[in-house]
Amino acid sequence: MIIEARGLTKIYHLGGTTVAALDGIDLDVAEGEMLAITGPSGSGKSTLMQIIGCLDRPDSGSYVLSGEDVSTLSEDRLAEIRNRRIGFVFQTFNLLPRLSALENVELPLLYAGLPHAKGRAAESLEAVGLADRMRHEPNQLSGGQRQRVAVARALITDPAILLADEPTGNLDSKTGDEIMALFASLNRQGRTIIVVTHEADVAKHCRRQIHLRDGRIVDGAGAA
Amino acid sequence: MLFWVIVKVGIRSLLANKLRSLLAMLGIIIGVGAVISMLAIGAGAKQSVLARISAMGTNLLIIRPGQSGSHGVASGTQQNLTLADAEAVLAEAKGIRRLAPVVNGSAQVKYLNRNTRSNVTGTSITWLGIRDFSIDKGRSFTEQEVENGSRVAIIGPVTAENLLGFNDPVGEVVKVKGMSFTVVGVLTAKGDQGWFNPDDQVIVPYTVAMKQLFGLDYLREIDIQAQDGFDLTVLQDDVTSVLRKRHRIPENSDLDFEIRNQADMIRATTDITKTFTYLLGGIASISLLVGGIGIMNIMLVTVTERTREIGVRMAIGAKRSNIRTQFLIESMILSGLGGLLGSAAGVLGARIIAAASPFPAAVEWSGVLLAISFSAMVGIFFGWYPARRAAALDPIESLRYE
Repeated sequence: MIIEARGLTKIYHLGGTTVAALDGIDLDVAEGEMLAITGPSGSGKSTLMQIIGCLDRPDSGSYVLSGEDVSTLSEDRLAEIRNRRIGFVFQTFNLLPRLSALENVELPLLYAGLPHAKGRAAESLEAVGLADRMRHEPNQLSGGQRQRVAVARALITDPAILLADEPTGNLDSKTGDEIMALFASLNRQGRTIIVVTHEADVAKHCRRQIHLRDGRIVDGAGAA
Repeated sequence: MLFWVIVKVGIRSLLANKLRSLLAMLGIIIGVGAVISMLAIGAGAKQSVLARISAMGTNLLIIRPGQSGSHGVASGTQQNLTLADAEAVLAEAKGIRRLAPVVNGSAQVKYLNRNTRSNVTGTSITWLGIRDFSIDKGRSFTEQEVENGSRVAIIGPVTAENLLGFNDPVGEVVKVKGMSFTVVGVLTAKGDQGWFNPDDQVIVPYTVAMKQLFGLDYLREIDIQAQDGFDLTVLQDDVTSVLRKRHRIPENSDLDFEIRNQADMIRATTDITKTFTYLLGGIASISLLVGGIGIMNIMLVTVTERTREIGVRMAIGAKRSNIRTQFLIESMILSGLGGLLGSAAGVLGARIIAAASPFPAAVEWSGVLLAISFSAMVGIFFGWYPARRAAALDPIESLRYE
């Protein structure tokens, strides 16, 4: 198992009331899976994504990522895990302005202190079909191209999981389909992919779907 | 590797907001520029004053009559410094290498139909040595000529030029106050000293000057050169006590003469320059403080503007310390560049002032280096708080920031 989560809870205090964003989530994800996490807004899917992505820690429960319990690690250690084991793809691409596609892609390698950053970044861009756009800055690229750069950046450190948060939300349906097709082909090469979305059309591309409501998994848990 | 990327990103984000970056640096640029040009002018002034002091000769004591008057109201120069005083000082004070009595004044000097107004100095032959003059053409006076009161003169090169043009003046006869003097020598040029040009003067034996030219029975000045290595202060005390006795001035009473000590003049110049430097240092630190606050302000704005970027960097693996370093480096680039530009402006300003005014300017490169490194330190100091704020941002909130 790449992900073994048991009893994850996360409680937010808003003014006087407490809201359980996650209320005892159990989730196993096997290597090479392509999984969609769906649910309406407020269902806790964003919180779950943040915990799976090591941006946040659960209030209770355990989260084992490729054999290591990461639910109690320090911030610096979590930063390293995000850097090495998780590749993020965001709805708004989140490329850094004023950096070329190549520089955006090599950034995780620089934070990791890994060698040959330029060459590896170039390979990664070629893999997503952007060999001829390496020197372009994000504002010179189309939405689909930007998302491909983001995918290249997410894959550069060869992470255990690719974590995509509404990856097609800012794209037209044709480009969105292209991105999902790219994910599918990456998955065929063995990459574990988790897509968080509220669109059924997007979730359809994934073999397994789990559905969240009020912080609980109501459909599809555990089954691999 | 990461470091250079951070520097590159920092420079690019500064370039993306050129006007804003320039305005942020302006405080530092102006402060550093002003201080460097002022220091250069101060150092230039010091050098030229010291050069003038040493052009006067070396190991010099100058005795002048005091101001007459009472209760602190000066009403003219006293007329109490005599040739006998000079002889007594030479005989009684220890450590004197040579001494010269001096009377001087301004007088009309004529040669044929040309005339000029020059400073006329009546003195003995030792004076040339004391004041570090040398003879370019001809000769100095002889003891005999001084004793006899011969009408002989040594003239400065500028006077020679004014009066005689390019003709060799040695042997010519010039008229000073209507009296004929034979020119026996011409001084080697020393260069204009600002308040007085030593190259434009006529030197005659003091005997003639006192009795015939000015009709004086007292001296304007006694110049003394101490023996090499002899303490000027000790000699000054010695000379003071000789003159005090001769002028019958009781201890604890005010002197009726004053002694100027060349070592004191140099010390006074150095002290003034030092004070000036401290003052400028104070102004510099205030302007760096103001400049630093400007930079802090811009850095806080930058951190807020780039919240999303900070979130992205954290998501892809930047540690808080990486973020802090990045913003610290950016504020250091800002202030260091400000210091660099300010130094360039200061050096340029000093050159312009030196070219356009009589003030010389000497840029002190150690000061420039200090200014630049100080500015970079200001960047660290005032960049610290914005960088800490950036590093403390919550990655989730930052990623959502619009």
